[in-house]
Amino acid sequence: MADTDNLFDVTIITPEREFYSGKVKMLEFNTTEGEIGIYKNHIPLTTVIAPGIVTLTEADDVKCAAVHAGFAEILGDAVTILAEIAEWPPEIDVDRAKRAEDRARGRIDGKDDSLDMLRAEIALKKSLVRQDVVARSK
Amino acid sequence: MASMRDIKRRRTSISSTQQITKAMKLVSTVKLQKAKTHAEETTPYFNHTYSTVCSILAKAGTVNHPYLQKSESQKKAVITITSNRGLAGGYNSNVVKLITGSDFAKEDVLIYAIGKKGEEALAHRDYEIAAEYNDVMEAPAYMDAQAICTELLKMYSAGEIGEIYLAYTHFKNTVVHVPTLLKLLPVEVDEADIEEQKSSNLMMNFEPNEEEALSLIIPKYISSMIYGALIEAVASENGARMQAMDSATSNAEDMISDLTLKYNRARQGSITQELTEIIAGAEALA
Repeated sequence: MADTDNLFDVTIITPEREFYSGKVKMLEFNTTEGEIGIYKNHIPLTTVIAPGIVTLTEADDVKCAAVHAGFAEILGDAVTILAEIAEWPPEIDVDRAKRAEDRARGRIDGKDDSLDMLRAEIALKKSLVRQDVVARSK
Repeated sequence: MASMRDIKRRRTSISSTQQITKAMKLVSTVKLQKAKTHAEETTPYFNHTYSTVCSILAKAGTVNHPYLQKSESQKKAVITITSNRGLAGGYNSNVVKLITGSDFAKEDVLIYAIGKKGEEALAHRDYEIAAEYNDVMEAPAYMDAQAICTELLKMYSAGEIGEIYLAYTHFKNTVVHVPTLLKLLPVEVDEADIEEQKSSNLMMNFEPNEEEALSLIIPKYISSMIYGALIEAVASENGARMQAMDSATSNAEDMISDLTLKYNRARQGSITQELTEIIAGAEALA
């Protein structure tokens, strides 16, 4: 099969900008139900995104980005990801992510009340994803 | 007839006012351009969020979800988006009129004000201001919209408010801005949009199931609606101010030309009078 036959359109949109738009061979990301990978002609699916790394396997390149919260709409030959926050590795401030991680860990160890706990866990997850995606792109 | 000095003084004062309005017009033109591109960049996100919500509702139309059901409470929360500064023509009063002119009972309305002008006008009319987020208007960010949304959803889940509305100015294009009152919760979308979704993707699956997806997506939908309204309101504000300042500048120009005419007439009058006096004096001497 020719390479162009198994490519499909992916658009990642955030409230601030159109983050990514292009053709990919495979798309992987993290949902609330677990990680999923998508090839062309996937069944139509709408799913909620959990903080994680989006991997875009283009015809001759692999790109990674950090995406925190949002949802994805998958149709046979087009995927639209509506992300609240999306970042390319060069845009991430690793030191800041590291500080956020320490802060969140401190809060979780401190054990305040339940609402703060949830927020701290989300903050921790985000900071880990940020560091992870930077490490992976090196 | 006013004296020459009075006319001159008046003309100078008007021309300095004109300089100010001209400068304000230029400033808001630049700001409008910026706000307009920003608004255009953000629209795809809202359109997609809206259509996703429609498609979920098309599939889960009968789901018994608190976000879709009418709640017991009579209280209505109205998020009112106006500007922090005046001199924008009818921009702020149009949004205020939306609320005062609606059929909401005054005691049922809780105002969540974004923008000082709207807050002041509504407080003056004895509406209850539940909270104000005036600083948000300076540079609206998605985080701000999210914070407001979380706050309101908490109140909604606790049963303290029954409905959530959004009053803002829709930015249609540079010259047309439409004050809009929008119902956010319980979610109401256009029937036609739902029908369209029903026919287009009957096969759509949801993961997790529709109900859970709805609980997760609706808050995002509302945050994005609030954010979109903020961005459009900023663009509309600058557009309205640009128009107001433009007409103020041209009014000042009219007044200046009118006064210049009067001034010249008064000057000519005084010269004629002086000449008549000199001639009369010379004739008396002869």
